[in-house]
Amino acid sequence: MTGLLLRRLGRTLLGGCFALGIVPHPLAAEELRIGFVAPTTGIFAQVGKDMIDGFQMYLDEVKNDFGGAQVKFLVEDEQAKPDTAVTKAKKLILQDKVHMLVGGLLASSGYALAPVSTAEKTLYVVPVSAADDLTQRDLPKYPYLIRTGWSSSQPSHPFGQWACDQGYKKIAAIAADYAFGYEVTGGFQKAFEDCGGKIIQKIWPPIGTKDFGPYIPTFKADADATFTLMVGPMSLQFPKQLRASGYKKPILGGGTSYDEFVLPSMGDEVIGDVSALQYSAALETPKNEAFVKKYRAKYGKVPSYYSETNYTSAQMIDEVIRKNGGKFPGAEEFIKQLAAMKFDTLRGPVAFDDMRNPVQNIYIKKVEKKKMFGYDKEELWNAVIKTYPNVGQFWTYGKDTFLKQPVYSRDFPPCKFCE
Amino acid sequence: MDTRFWLIQTFNGVSYGALLFLVGSGLSLIFGVMRIVNLAHGSYFLLGGYVALSVIWATGSWLLALPVAAMAVAVLGLVMERVFLRPLGFDPLRQVLLTVGFAFLLQQAALDIWSGNNFDISPPAALTRSVVLGGLYLPLYRVFMIAVALAIGLALWLTMEKTRLGATIRATVDDAQMARGVGIDTSFISMLIFALGAFLAALGGVIGGAFLGIYPGLDFEMLPIVFAVVIIGGMGSLGGAAIGALLVGLADNFGKALFPEVSYFTLYAPMALILAVKPTGLFGRE
Amino acid sequence: MSMAGTRVKVLAVVAALAAIALIVPHTGSFVILLATRALAFSILVMSLDILLGYTGLASLGQAAYLGIGAYTTAILATRYQFGLGYDFWLVIVLGMLGGALLAVLFGMLAIRATGVYFLMITLALGQCVWGLAYRWNSLTGGDNGINLPQRPKFGIDLADEVTFFYVVLSIFTISLLIMYTLVRSPFGRSLVGIRERELRMKILGYNTWLHKYLAFVIAGGFGGLAGVLWAHTAGIVSPENVVLTTSVDALLMAVLGGAGTLVGGVIGAMIVFGLREYLSTLVPWWQYALGAVYVLTIFYLPTGLMGIPERIRRRRALLGNRRDSKELASVAS
Repeated sequence: MTGLLLRRLGRTLLGGCFALGIVPHPLAAEELRIGFVAPTTGIFAQVGKDMIDGFQMYLDEVKNDFGGAQVKFLVEDEQAKPDTAVTKAKKLILQDKVHMLVGGLLASSGYALAPVSTAEKTLYVVPVSAADDLTQRDLPKYPYLIRTGWSSSQPSHPFGQWACDQGYKKIAAIAADYAFGYEVTGGFQKAFEDCGGKIIQKIWPPIGTKDFGPYIPTFKADADATFTLMVGPMSLQFPKQLRASGYKKPILGGGTSYDEFVLPSMGDEVIGDVSALQYSAALETPKNEAFVKKYRAKYGKVPSYYSETNYTSAQMIDEVIRKNGGKFPGAEEFIKQLAAMKFDTLRGPVAFDDMRNPVQNIYIKKVEKKKMFGYDKEELWNAVIKTYPNVGQFWTYGKDTFLKQPVYSRDFPPCKFCE
Repeated sequence: MDTRFWLIQTFNGVSYGALLFLVGSGLSLIFGVMRIVNLAHGSYFLLGGYVALSVIWATGSWLLALPVAAMAVAVLGLVMERVFLRPLGFDPLRQVLLTVGFAFLLQQAALDIWSGNNFDISPPAALTRSVVLGGLYLPLYRVFMIAVALAIGLALWLTMEKTRLGATIRATVDDAQMARGVGIDTSFISMLIFALGAFLAALGGVIGGAFLGIYPGLDFEMLPIVFAVVIIGGMGSLGGAAIGALLVGLADNFGKALFPEVSYFTLYAPMALILAVKPTGLFGRE
Repeated sequence: MSMAGTRVKVLAVVAALAAIALIVPHTGSFVILLATRALAFSILVMSLDILLGYTGLASLGQAAYLGIGAYTTAILATRYQFGLGYDFWLVIVLGMLGGALLAVLFGMLAIRATGVYFLMITLALGQCVWGLAYRWNSLTGGDNGINLPQRPKFGIDLADEVTFFYVVLSIFTISLLIMYTLVRSPFGRSLVGIRERELRMKILGYNTWLHKYLAFVIAGGFGGLAGVLWAHTAGIVSPENVVLTTSVDALLMAVLGGAGTLVGGVIGAMIVFGLREYLSTLVPWWQYALGAVYVLTIFYLPTGLMGIPERIRRRRALLGNRRDSKELASVAS
């Protein structure tokens, strides 16, 4: 895939140069080398493909031209292993002399690449890795890092508030047993309990669990709803098994539980389930509609947030480079400028806080079966039922107060109301 | 922890064990007859699921997918055995490594053919309901899994005990050299058993696909679990595979329900301990 | 093996090491990086070879010892700021000790088994270590892993890739030397004896269990050493280091290069790393290439790549014998 991409890009670059008849720039068109790290083989290969496709879609739209700079898009396979990510990143920086690193899928990859960016003084744009502390307690270690995606607990805070507003008093939580699960759940628990709710149970099935049989019968009967965070194949099996066990109460999910990456494979049993994320493919804006239609026509699937966040990151990089007349202004200046700009993106308006994390809309979305965007089949979509604007990673808590508390973990917030 | 809890958990454990028996019985037979440790068994499981998906997408029939997928993978198993494993002769290490090499190749091929999206196999609507028995919700699909395992188990047992073919197989398992001595075509038996093992694994994949999903990585995730079943039960013993599957299914289920903190070890710790005490497994022969 | 044959082999290895030491630093930073990684991992593969090639025990859980060494290094470096100066050498010792102690524990469960059962029990134990690394968040950072602050500095700065390469190469060479001495010692020879005919060794009065156990512990110790170096090559330690496929990798590399040759492990490691991390930057079908290499080697080169000269020699001898016997036959008649 890499070779094909490179060859295709080479041709596109050449064609683009001639076709555009760019306004003559005093210096020759500068080349902007972007090093992209994603898993292209292994079990996360499809997610990696979505990431690359999203970024590539933007490049195709502007014909690899960022305000005069010719973009050379170099993709390397991290195989979802942190040390491979480090090796590939070093190759991109030292051998291919890229101007910036983009990507990394898992939290561990994000944590592996961040120190590399510091050591090599290279810009690192993070579209996917959502580990909270990358832009919180660990940020001072990474002066060349800026996140264009989200932090794990960011959507959970308004979601917790929303849950209170719905009248839920007691909620049982079941989430994948790893850092991402802890952070998404922790954010929900904090906000939900701060507005009067109670989390009465926390269950942590190991990552990769597909048989939730052992856990479901232990659910507390007096919960008004279940909060869940599942990823990948776990997201597919959990709602199915929960409903088959006779559970009738509402299910609230973290963003990846019902994201478009898994939604097409889900059945009607998830209709009515609610989740929260900074993007939904069902967002009814002209910009998003065009994107979804184009993406689906080209890649045969509705874009997931993995595609959207990389498309948006490409857009952001483009706007900064454009502002600098097609030249790369150096890592520190780039970050300063990016963090100061406001963007109109697929997911809505995005700005940045002073910890280099996006401030954006958070959408509460509900699974509905309907026709959208002119497609003639009824399908499952994450219809947006409420928007919380300008949500930062600290919600309403204020940066300093928030940073004083420990990072969300299995034991934080503590389960005060656990029965 | 009332009786309902124990009943449901037992039911869950048994149904999971049923699936494991389907996949594990094939592996146990393969080892019993040919002394081959087939590390591509997880791949057979996953490929069964993928082929079934293709059949369902093409024809809409889940019922058709079952035999087609199982047969297709059986053929693959046959080819692997004849072309690659047979020439190696009795060399356990190389067999292990060869099957691992194939497992990697098959994983990549599956990714290229079916993409890496997470899929789910949808059984016919009739099976997705839940039966309510005494206030307990029993998903019909789990009942189905138990039924299939019982049927297959019965069929295998009858074949082994009551037919001449079964007798020849048992003879080969007990002492291949003697079997050859009395004129049994052991190479044909080996081929048959390997294909059967692959068949059963793929069947497990189709049935399990509606229960576990179908996605890259499932092959290596299933492998240690299935091996636990066969090891605990004892290699080469069908009854052992059944007991092993039941034990693993129940232990895993109850372990996770009662001691969720050690969820990662509910499978491996008992396996390691049993092996430490009886290295050939509970019913194994060596 | 004749004395001359051994000497040739030793000279060849020395020459190869010298060549690596001289050429690699001039090849560009990516190749240096790969070479360093391959050398560090090779120590693990060689430790596995002691078990596999010499004692006849195929283990699917060696990654556990890599993990102990790596996590020890990472935890000491981040929590106690220990191991980043001259105390780096102390961490090396601690890593080896950690690996050996884990092997002491695991060996008691595993050594009773043989063949496929040994394979399975080592797999199970390896998975337990993985589960621990994943679950024990407060110690291991869970799936986030642990970032090492920097490479050690003691007079020389290991942050420089070339310097680090030389340090890893030196440690590798010393390990190779120690392991080589070990396998050629009476102890090593008795291991081979156990591999060939354990029953006979028992009859001769050898405590085979103890021999195997010791080999297991030694392998664990060197695995720990590999882990310490591994932690510093990537700068991050995560449960991915102790996942099943890492153990499988080591096994495949050992067989690819040639089990029972020690250096075969290095060759196997170089090839696999080369294919996986270098070829993968050039073409998308590298997975098939790697799989094909495995299958073809196991099929056609059971003694691995290092076994090629031996096979050629044997072939020649066979042809020679046939020729001789034909001549004899013609003379006799």
